[in-house]
Amino acid sequence: MKLYIKYDINVLCKKILQEQLDKLELYYALVGQCEIEIKEAISSEKLKQLSEGLEDYGMEVVESSKSILVQKIKDTIIEMIYMEEKLPTSKISAYLAEKIGYSYGYISNLFADVTYTSIENFIILNRIEFAKQLITIDELTFTEIAFKLNYSSLAHFCTQFKNTTGLTPTAFKRIIIKRRSMSQ
Amino acid sequence: MQNEPIHVLLADDDEDDRNIFIDALNELKINTVVQTVKDGQELIDHLTQDNNLLPHVLFLDLNMPCKTGLDCLIEIKRIDRLKDVAIAIYSTSSSEKDIEETFIRGANVYIKKPNNFSSLKKVLSQVITINWQYHTSGLNRDNFLLSL
Repeated sequence: MKLYIKYDINVLCKKILQEQLDKLELYYALVGQCEIEIKEAISSEKLKQLSEGLEDYGMEVVESSKSILVQKIKDTIIEMIYMEEKLPTSKISAYLAEKIGYSYGYISNLFADVTYTSIENFIILNRIEFAKQLITIDELTFTEIAFKLNYSSLAHFCTQFKNTTGLTPTAFKRIIIKRRSMSQ
Repeated sequence: MQNEPIHVLLADDDEDDRNIFIDALNELKINTVVQTVKDGQELIDHLTQDNNLLPHVLFLDLNMPCKTGLDCLIEIKRIDRLKDVAIAIYSTSSSEKDIEETFIRGANVYIKKPNNFSSLKKVLSQVITINWQYHTSGLNRDNFLLSL
């Protein structure tokens, strides 16, 4: 005996998506046929599970996996800069590769594609940002800041500050102080 | 992956300068959408129209007739909806006094107009990518100062 099945592809897809999303206990809404809005912060672990679950049905989460990876790289770098005890003893490239779980070549290319900047520049920019914060708080001298941020010397710190911002740390401080006194 | 476009607005009264600016931007490997206005009044009118999209970065020529770049800067910083737009001053002056004055008034970037096309491209690319890091990585905009 032969049976003929008539099916509605839209209902089918919706059903599969719902099943997979419910399984992960996510708070979500289906928007149109190809879009899911996740109404909570989703961990990269859960997103991975979702991608894998959908793979069995020939479905694929299109965007995000790349941007999530980039976010993870950024988080790791920022953590590394702001918490002294996290400063790796190994080379930064090896440290990032190990933390992220992909080769450094892969993550540095991906990073550059998505953010328009290199990992190296991102690290420098964020180190200088931290320095700016410390300068505006005005509790440490430039020498102490250079030391805290692991620069080999005050001169090295000042040079990198000037190269990154076009201003010397002293000029930066002067401008911020004047700007503050003006907005008061 | 196609990145979200970066919106750029230029206010400059010199038509040649505007065209060169657009050409330079289009040659960068960055997905930008650029709009231009030709004087300070047109700029303020454009920005205060609520249904106009705010740019990620505004390049502002200092030396414009009627309303100068500095006037615009001061006015923009007084308007709540506009005060967080990143502002790059784009000027032929390189006096330390001008530079510091605009920073104190709230500019984020000061660019001395380069005199050749390839350095213009380099400078624009630098400003747009660094600004993008502030936009996407939660950095503190109050500390965003860059002098080129």
